[in-house]
Amino acid sequence: MSCEMTTSTMLRDKLAYDETFSCVKCGYCLPSCPTYLAFGKESHSPRGRIQLVKLAAEGKIGIEDLENPIDYCLGCRACETVCPTNVEYGKILDSAIDVLGEYRKDKQSFSEKAIRTVIFKQALPNKKMLKLVGTGLRLYQKTKADKVVRKSGVINKVSPSLAAMEQITPTIEKPLARNPYHELPKKKKTKLKVAFFTGCIMDTFFSRVNDLSMKLLQKANCEVVFLKEQTCCGALHQHSAEKETAIKLAKHNIEAFEKLECDFIINAIGGCGAALVEYHHLFDPGSTWYERAKTFAEKNKDISYILSRLELPIVNTINRRITYQPSCHLTNVQKVVQEPMRLIEQIPGIEFARMKSQDLCCGSAGIYNIVHHEESMKILDMKMKTVQETKPHLIVTTNPGCHLQMILGVKREGLEGKIDVKHIVELLAEACDVS
Amino acid sequence: MKVTDEIIDRLKAAIHSSRILTDDADLYSFAFDASFGMHKPEIVCQPMSSKEVAAIVQIANQYLVPICPRGRGTSLSGGPLPVKGGIVLDFSLWDTKLEIDEENLVATVSPGVITSTINDAAQQFGLMYPPDPSSAHVSTIGGNLAENAGGPRGLKYGVTKDYVLGLEVVTAAGKIVRTGGKTVKNVTGYDLTKLIVGSEGTLAIITEATLRLIPRPKASMTAMVLFDEIIDSGRAISKVLGSGIMPSKMEMMDQSSIIAVEEYASLGLPIDVEAILLIELDGHPQALMEEMEQVKTVCMNVGARSVRVAQNKEEEMELWKARKLVSPAIVKIKPTKISEDATIPRSQIPEMFRRMKIIKEKYNIHLVVFGHAGDGNLHPNIITDQRDQEEMRRVEMAVEEIFKAAIELGGTLSGEHGIGTMKAPFMEMELGVDGLEMMKSIKEAWDPKNILNPGKIFPVQGERFELRNDY
Ligand SMILES: Cc1cc2nc3c(=O)[nH]c(=O)nc-3n(C[C@H](O)[C@H](O)[C@H](O)COP(=O)(O)OP(=O)(O)OC[C@H]3O[C@@H](n4cnc5c(N)ncnc54)[C@H](O)[C@@H]3O)c2cc1C
Ligand code: SF4
Ligand code: SF4
Repeated sequence: MSCEMTTSTMLRDKLAYDETFSCVKCGYCLPSCPTYLAFGKESHSPRGRIQLVKLAAEGKIGIEDLENPIDYCLGCRACETVCPTNVEYGKILDSAIDVLGEYRKDKQSFSEKAIRTVIFKQALPNKKMLKLVGTGLRLYQKTKADKVVRKSGVINKVSPSLAAMEQITPTIEKPLARNPYHELPKKKKTKLKVAFFTGCIMDTFFSRVNDLSMKLLQKANCEVVFLKEQTCCGALHQHSAEKETAIKLAKHNIEAFEKLECDFIINAIGGCGAALVEYHHLFDPGSTWYERAKTFAEKNKDISYILSRLELPIVNTINRRITYQPSCHLTNVQKVVQEPMRLIEQIPGIEFARMKSQDLCCGSAGIYNIVHHEESMKILDMKMKTVQETKPHLIVTTNPGCHLQMILGVKREGLEGKIDVKHIVELLAEACDVS
Repeated sequence: MKVTDEIIDRLKAAIHSSRILTDDADLYSFAFDASFGMHKPEIVCQPMSSKEVAAIVQIANQYLVPICPRGRGTSLSGGPLPVKGGIVLDFSLWDTKLEIDEENLVATVSPGVITSTINDAAQQFGLMYPPDPSSAHVSTIGGNLAENAGGPRGLKYGVTKDYVLGLEVVTAAGKIVRTGGKTVKNVTGYDLTKLIVGSEGTLAIITEATLRLIPRPKASMTAMVLFDEIIDSGRAISKVLGSGIMPSKMEMMDQSSIIAVEEYASLGLPIDVEAILLIELDGHPQALMEEMEQVKTVCMNVGARSVRVAQNKEEEMELWKARKLVSPAIVKIKPTKISEDATIPRSQIPEMFRRMKIIKEKYNIHLVVFGHAGDGNLHPNIITDQRDQEEMRRVEMAVEEIFKAAIELGGTLSGEHGIGTMKAPFMEMELGVDGLEMMKSIKEAWDPKNILNPGKIFPVQGERFELRNDY
């Protein structure tokens, strides 16, 4: 009895139990939740998930009952943006992921543990490793994880998705050609001093985008500094119940950037940016780390946020019809909503065609499209229907995950060569004649 | 009877097994609506045709299993909760039919169609489906029909029941029956259509509806009117309506809601006024200008502080923003919102305001009043915290007194949210013993085995009004 009591009070503490009370079950979030729309069940709706977390905290259902509903949540947090009672779904979700993670750790087989260690503790935070591997996704095959993965049989589960992803991974630049920006020329007469956050996956995957971002910032009269000591943002760890590692990475980044005096820390990755602006959520309110994290968090801004507030020397006309797929984390967590569209519309010649349900997640969601490939494709197909209605020449993105998913979507619809996919930075660079 | 394996097997023969849910996680996430109750169903079925519904009901009828229809579970009165266990019949997947018949000005829809999409579809033909509950972008037409939902436009255009021409329903015996038709005029026999509308799933299950559409008004115009005294706002409503003008919307916010919105969003609303009225007129652009002038004069004459008319669409949206933010703003104060919708005859609005002020002070509760003031459908909302048992007890007493006041003033328990489980204990107070008996005899005739949404509308002996859950 007393033992039961303690486990249930402990669960209440670990799960964001209090936060669940803000949900009045009005259902206003239903039309915005991609998993509810795609799977048609309340256990995959925001309010269903909130209800289940609450019941789990009360001991009325088991932790295992949370598995399916929570695993299939995209974490896009569109539900938060539309919620009329300001439910902090992100906190509820993160708490459930943590509790599930602990629950599973006890049950995990040795090989599963080994894979997690390789991927989350070694590969993701390690730039050298990532560079070596070439892409964040290929790391499944090319690192030591490969053998473990194959042996454990997990490969069967992830391989169709890997095959799909492989077709669309961008060609990786040669190591020498990459990262030319470590020593950036200082310009005179600068307005703002900004540091640049590259992100680990982005760094290897989309070094060009990072490169162009920094050049654009310079064109917009910023002094750009690059900090070698930075590491992975930890977002994927946090969303995969590797909170300890996430905290370690966060501390590392906070410490590194504290040494630098700058007005903003800029990134061009919606997902990483979202993790950075919520770093304080990793720590106890009131603690010194919480305060340090908060100060750090406030400095982090998305590239569109800052470029839309500065003057961009646009010189080229781009005569194309463009639709825009916002990054969920940019919209719902960083609350950067209008800026990218404002930037797109600044470019002469562009016809902006807003797609229906623009804010609906594309189903990429971190590593969702790898671990839940089939479900992710269901969500992607919903998205591509609305993309096609706008008959675009080009889809603009703000996050590498969405970017790859859009390329995959275009491919699945057989529209390669007809519809291009570009990061907003690439588009702006073209308009500003930056290369 | 309990849902046994035998029954589940029979159900699986009636409907594809991917649309039968039995996992705990699924059952618990169909155990709620937007009220306070939680009742876990034994099984959830997601039918997508009349045939499937008929087959399921026949099984339920044979084994005496309760069957509770559910749209999107946005009911504020416990309507879709399986209080006696059994089957939840979830209609959310069945949104497949939405046809506009331009010539006859009608729409034909399946029960799971989202309310607002009907109006969106009608709009493409220059038509309108007027009923506009605030939940229209979430709720289903089946749920709207069963609750006879209404919204701000109810003032001028009426509510759901005014737009239903015909229904297809499945009876408690599992028979598929059509009522009404495609014509506005229809007097062949009893009007079963209207009887089923508002019956909260207790008489029959709606599987298709034929709805009336009307031409869309050409333009609209909005004014925001400020009042130093809330009583004056009540008088303004009566006077405007008495002057021969029928606004399309007349929404009010009291001082508590204004303050809450200001603290939440700083829109620049004056927090020293006791009430704000938002008045929308629609019709021909020229007539609108004239009518708006008249509205202005009438309001100023009863003591309004000022009248601001929106000059363009942006300004119009800005004015309505204040009203839209009331809900998110007030839950910032405390997390639990109890939304009531006791409704009174228009002329009694000032008196109702006075009584609510007294109730608020007597029970020391956070009472916020806003809503569709034009048709007397006020929305007194109590802001509280579910976890505070002592306060919840005071809230229960206050709600009871609000209901009493409404009925004493010649009004009703519910203008649009329905009775469900929440208000069943008050039915006799409004209907009287004989009135309630007449309703019961209809229920018995339609559903002799009491399998359709049992435990709703009719009070169980000794049932008390309860907002508290077991924590
Ligand atoms: C934030 C908020 C605002 C709201 N605003 C308004 C408003 O302005 N005006 C208003 O009137 N209501 C309002 N409501 C209440 C609610 O949205 C309505 O009652 C709506 O009609 C319920 O629709 P639903 O699809 O969610 O049905 P549910 O809540 O699932 O069910 C409602 C009732 O209908 C029955 N039912 C559902 N489908 C069928 C069917 N096919 N056949 C037979 N019975 C069926 C159920 O058994 C239940 O009794 C609001 C609710 C919320 C949460
Ligand atoms: S919109 Fe917010 S309060 Fe409403 S059901 Fe969704 S999470 Fe709950
Ligand atoms: S985070 Fe996205 S997928 Fe998850 S519940 Fe919210 S809206 Fe749905």
